[in-house]
Amino acid sequence: MDFSWINSFAGELLHGLGITLKLLLLSGFFGFILAVLVALGRLSRNPLISAPLRAFTSVFRGTPLLVQIYILYYGVGSLFASYPPIRGSFLWPYLRDGFWYVALALILCVGAYVGEVLRGGLRAVPKGELEAARAYGMKRFMVLRRVWLPRALQLSRPTLVGECVLLLKATALASTVAVTDLLGAANLVRAQTLKVYEPLLAVALIYIVLAFVIEYGCSRLGKTPQRTA
Amino acid sequence: MISLSEVTQLFVADGWLDALAHGALVTLQISAGAFVLGLSIGLVVALIKLRGPRWLVRLANLYTTLYRAVPELLLILLLYYAGTDLLNMLMAALGRPSITVNGFAAAVLVLGIVQGAYSAEILRGAILAIPHGQIEAARSFGIERWLLLRRMILPSMLPFALAGLSNLWLVLVKDSALISIVGYSELLSVGKQAAGSTKHYLVFYLAVAAFYFIITLLSNGAWRLLERRINRWLPQH
Repeated sequence: MDFSWINSFAGELLHGLGITLKLLLLSGFFGFILAVLVALGRLSRNPLISAPLRAFTSVFRGTPLLVQIYILYYGVGSLFASYPPIRGSFLWPYLRDGFWYVALALILCVGAYVGEVLRGGLRAVPKGELEAARAYGMKRFMVLRRVWLPRALQLSRPTLVGECVLLLKATALASTVAVTDLLGAANLVRAQTLKVYEPLLAVALIYIVLAFVIEYGCSRLGKTPQRTA
Repeated sequence: MISLSEVTQLFVADGWLDALAHGALVTLQISAGAFVLGLSIGLVVALIKLRGPRWLVRLANLYTTLYRAVPELLLILLLYYAGTDLLNMLMAALGRPSITVNGFAAAVLVLGIVQGAYSAEILRGAILAIPHGQIEAARSFGIERWLLLRRMILPSMLPFALAGLSNLWLVLVKDSALISIVGYSELLSVGKQAAGSTKHYLVFYLAVAAFYFIITLLSNGAWRLLERRINRWLPQH
């Protein structure tokens, strides 16, 4: 084991860490918004809303993320590349970069997976609490904002923390489409120093630390003492 | 865009549909092998966590936490290279020539080790969910440890473990796509080949996704049947 390369590649690793965190936060934030919409839509009584969303969740949960990334990056990306107007437009630098495809795939995936978790959480909120909120004269959106969603989040918190860690691990797939995230940086070091294990082990350690930070941070976050009746 | 006749040409006449179907079969085989291996590892680790000596429990905890915190892709890369390397070092120590590792065995082993960490947690939870009185009752009949495990603990934890295990199977099928990174020709690798040689990326990756989706749908059905069978004597709600 020889970790002397770390000094000369610290910049790459740090940059990779930044990309990984950017992917994590970006897809976590927008994915969560999508997930709330998906969860509410799936609870809708209108089949025109709930049926397509059901199909969306089952397709995205039923296919590997790697395949989704390939479909977006190679499939849709190659379509973009074959249209000269798009190639010439100001959007092309973004459309050429794997980062945005991975981010989109992750957002859709989080929407599907977390949407399913939130649907369970929303359904688990006791009806009486929602009725009480309505009885105070809250409008539907305010009930959602002040009672329904916070209670659902509270109920599904352990699962959501798990989903956060899963999302962190999923960002590593970005390295397969030439994004130099944390794992991508390790691959770069591997290619340049011909060391096989050390870069992977070093990066694994960083992932472990991140996972623990997420788990610890989240377990501190929601620990407001609950009043039990 | 691509026309319908072109699609039939690609899939039927050029034989890519057969190739993809064969890849899907390999994916299923890898997943099944890894599932069995993962369950065996998981059961041993779960039992260690429940009843083992303290140093082994620590080791088991380390295994399950670390393997669940590190991305599967990284683990697969690491285990794949480390595994082949160790094996060749062993062969060198024995004075044998170095060998190329069977890709299938490597894939099963790597995925199985990763799955073991998850299934250990599921099985541990399921064993803990067995009402303790039942185990005490079995013990008071003078049942032996091994028999207790086989006749009592394993069957009665199954209903509690089933939901988690079916979930794990789906995760495993999807994770098996990562094996394509180290180059064993399962479903996604075949799709990559097809996409690369025909330049119809979107078509073939969508086809690969469709195959995975079919596998998931079918296995969902199979698990539901199994669940109904195993839960048949449980109290109805």
